[in-house]
Amino acid sequence: MRTTAQLAEIWVYLSASPLLGLTVTLLAYQGAYWLYKRANFHPLANPVLLAVVALVLLLALTGTPYPTYFDGAQFVHFLLGPATVALAIPLYTQLPKLRAMAGPLLAALVVGSLTATVSAVAIGRLFGASEASLLSLAPKSVTTPIAMGIAERIGGLPSLTAVLVITTGILGAVSARFIYQALGIADHAVRGFAIGVASHGIGTARAFQVSEQAGAFSGLAMGLNALLTALLVPLLIPMLQRWLG
Amino acid sequence: MLGALTILLVFQLIGEVLAQLFALPVPGPVIGMALLFAALALRGGPSAELRDTAQNLLQHLSLLFVPAGVGVMLHFGRIGDEWLPLAASLVGSTVLTIAVTALVLRALSRRAETAGK
Repeated sequence: MRTTAQLAEIWVYLSASPLLGLTVTLLAYQGAYWLYKRANFHPLANPVLLAVVALVLLLALTGTPYPTYFDGAQFVHFLLGPATVALAIPLYTQLPKLRAMAGPLLAALVVGSLTATVSAVAIGRLFGASEASLLSLAPKSVTTPIAMGIAERIGGLPSLTAVLVITTGILGAVSARFIYQALGIADHAVRGFAIGVASHGIGTARAFQVSEQAGAFSGLAMGLNALLTALLVPLLIPMLQRWLG
Repeated sequence: MLGALTILLVFQLIGEVLAQLFALPVPGPVIGMALLFAALALRGGPSAELRDTAQNLLQHLSLLFVPAGVGVMLHFGRIGDEWLPLAASLVGSTVLTIAVTALVLRALSRRAETAGK
């Protein structure tokens, strides 16, 4: 029989090792995904949202600081880099479709990308967000590593941007179906592309669960918007600051 | 799997080096993605191994956002102070972006179809 003191020692040992953070991340995600599947992939049962809520509660209850958790979870986080590079492959697979629809797609991309940045900063400003928050909001529609890189360059808070990006992704994944129903948008290529522009990887993950075509176009939009936003936002910010005073 | 993962990391590394070297506004992994895309176009497509590895990695894309998402707990203070502007901006901008992008794309592809007939 182990005594309470021995159990406490095991806890102290485990909570200082990266094993625990990594394992609970995988467990929380798989639990969340199981629920999502049980809910017939309903957009409101988003697995990222469920996993994050479960983990925040767990860390708060055990009094574990985020950096301790992240020591383990960083191994999952690290894969975002190679996953971003891997987007080249679905992008390449879509090359014929991309060529055929090139004009309309590029025009929609530019309009969508500008809408995402300008409306985020303008609405935030209208409701009195601080300057650091506004700069962190600007790249919120693109995938995390890119958005964090942009935030760093323009003087935002990269870790706040990560949270805003993920919230944007979840919001898009949760709301897209209802927006499309209201506007009568049925084409899965259009549906996928719009969610990809607005809510990056989490939107893309959601689109793949709806249909292969929606997923492919969402991945395409996400990759293109990442490139465009990285180029546009550093140029747009000084203009927006002057315009918004 | 191992070979394909190495390819992805090598392209990411080249991207990071180029971004640092020329102080580019684009983050390293995006440059890596663009370079890999160009390499695939030159080579005529990915190997089966690279395709499978990419598919596996992207299939669990939403998992990769979880650790950064948990970082929300670092910002409870700021979010508490600024919850209204942040929530209004995120909800308003996300809904607007999806709607505007979808409407523009539908209008333009309809026009392209009509012009083609």
